[in-house]
Amino acid sequence: MTNLSPRTRVWLGFGLGAVVLFAAAPALLTDFRLSLLAKYLCFAIVAVGIGLAWGRGGLLTLGQGVFFGLGGYAMAMHLKLADAGEGNMPDFMELYGQLDELPAWWAPFANPVFALAATVLLPMLVAFGLGSLVFRRRVRGAYFAILSQALAAAMVILLIGQQGTTGGTNGLTDIEGFFGYDLDDPVNQRMVYFIIAGVLLALLALTRQLMHSRYGELLVAVRDSENRVRFLGYNPANVKLVAYVVAAGMAGLAGALFVPAVGIISPALIGIVPSIEFVIGVAVGGRAALLGPVLGAVAVAWAKTALSERFPGTWTYLQGAMFVLVVAFLPGGLASLWGMVRRRRERQPDATVPADGDRVLVQEVAA
Amino acid sequence: MTVILGQLFTGVSIGAVLLLIALGLALTFGQMNVINMAHGEFIMAGAYTTYVLQQTVTDAGLSLLVALPVAFAVAGAMGVLLEWALIRRLYTRPLDTLLVTWGVSLMLQQLARDVFGAPNVQTKAPDILTESTSLGTDLSIANSRLFILGLVVLAVAALTAALRFTPLGRRIRAVVQNRDLAAVSGIATGRVDRLTFFIGSGLAGVAGVALTLLGPIGPTMGTNIIIDAFLVVVVGGIGQLKGSVIVAFVLGMLQAMVEYLTTLSVAKVIVFVAIVAFLQWRPQGLFTLRTRSLA
Repeated sequence: MTNLSPRTRVWLGFGLGAVVLFAAAPALLTDFRLSLLAKYLCFAIVAVGIGLAWGRGGLLTLGQGVFFGLGGYAMAMHLKLADAGEGNMPDFMELYGQLDELPAWWAPFANPVFALAATVLLPMLVAFGLGSLVFRRRVRGAYFAILSQALAAAMVILLIGQQGTTGGTNGLTDIEGFFGYDLDDPVNQRMVYFIIAGVLLALLALTRQLMHSRYGELLVAVRDSENRVRFLGYNPANVKLVAYVVAAGMAGLAGALFVPAVGIISPALIGIVPSIEFVIGVAVGGRAALLGPVLGAVAVAWAKTALSERFPGTWTYLQGAMFVLVVAFLPGGLASLWGMVRRRRERQPDATVPADGDRVLVQEVAA
Repeated sequence: MTVILGQLFTGVSIGAVLLLIALGLALTFGQMNVINMAHGEFIMAGAYTTYVLQQTVTDAGLSLLVALPVAFAVAGAMGVLLEWALIRRLYTRPLDTLLVTWGVSLMLQQLARDVFGAPNVQTKAPDILTESTSLGTDLSIANSRLFILGLVVLAVAALTAALRFTPLGRRIRAVVQNRDLAAVSGIATGRVDRLTFFIGSGLAGVAGVALTLLGPIGPTMGTNIIIDAFLVVVVGGIGQLKGSVIVAFVLGMLQAMVEYLTTLSVAKVIVFVAIVAFLQWRPQGLFTLRTRSLA
């Protein structure tokens, strides 16, 4: 491994990822398992964004469910309208019977191009709005985390309250078609899986470039010592805003892909608890690493499915213990274990574990 | 007119509940800068303490009065344990504290589910608190709400007095204002932290006792209410109590008024937007301690 150039290593990594996702997984897993994996990969896409915003940028966002939900609802609204057919209302609106015609804000989602664009742009717009207000006024750290969590709470209450037009607690369910393809057909489910896997790989490539660009350096600098970056003439608010908006766009896309993969989007999937569950996967895998969040998100989601059905209580304890142990005692996540082993061999300082600015300085001086 | 008065009182009583919950946070988050997500579960512990006490002390009024100090002690002890075991290792990493205490809160919820069962339980309120006091012709106020309002006034007064006039309060303020200077002046900052955490968590227990008067007791009762309480402290500004007091009542009124004009769900969203807008004007909250650190 050590003889390869970094560029070769990246290509090898992506090649390996592509082989696992596109060849090994479909060949080895049953259709049922594959559709579960498709769901986990959606969470992994959200995790890539959180890894960028939180791991690299220090922005603990506890409201990614909002963006996941915006993307998911935008997609589900289009698919519901397409299922209902031209001029008809989605089934649940007929069922509640409160409305005589389609609400005006539903109408544009009948257009597939508009709906697809909205799945990504709507979350980015909301993130831009909140982020530019909040970061410019230097609201940060825990305050930002609490605000982002409050956003998730408000979104869920709004969705549940507007039952007639949003489906309320049930959400948008029974989605049958995906741009003309019948989702009950296993072949089409596989197609959805391949789309999700492809999007994940593409976003990983994008994030890798972003992390290794000048911007990526700046983002880590803002995380570790915001004031020093400001004194150097940069505006930390803009740096954070980009990471937050990109993460929101990824979460939106993930939500949009989640809908055809699972067939439902509901407030229970996007509220406070799911939002913080996105974060635990990232923490377990390693927040600042590129692949850490992906593997962590898939592993945690898989463990949840495997354990929570048979031992629901045990899973909650385990989840809580994971939070406590990983965050308190292994802040770099499992990814940092590998780094520790390698460092012990090579005796090199490590820059991927986040630390606050003053401690970095102390370490620099001590070294 | 009656409607407006009625909504006004609804707002005050929402504010009172918010403040009772936020008061403990104003200490642990506001004074010590620790984001304790398990605070909601300390509230739950207080509520279950009331429930357990009522199994032995059957007189509803007496058991409620006994529950107040006992819940304070139970929740306070849980807080001290948490501070000693985890939080003190994380003072330099506030965001990580948030996640760690979230994990603790998950485990406590499950513990409550295993011990008391997943369905909600109910306590019996003393007769006098189930009645209402009528004011004027068609306006009446539930006595339980009045009791909570009284409890809040008492708690705020006691806490303010303790912070202002007792030696412990003086030490707490000293540590908040300048930890290093307090330490070199001979104050055992670690012990002060633990005592502050005891009081803050204990107040959560008291809030839990009060909440048993308003609704059922369940394992997840703390989760939803805690975010509003955190917002109160954020908007009020950290480092002092008066901001939280004012903001709790203002937010309560705003919520009640907007809810009257629109719906509950729209009111929640409007309150959130109002908070973000307010932070544009005062990003550090309503009142702040002046420091020379970089904003």
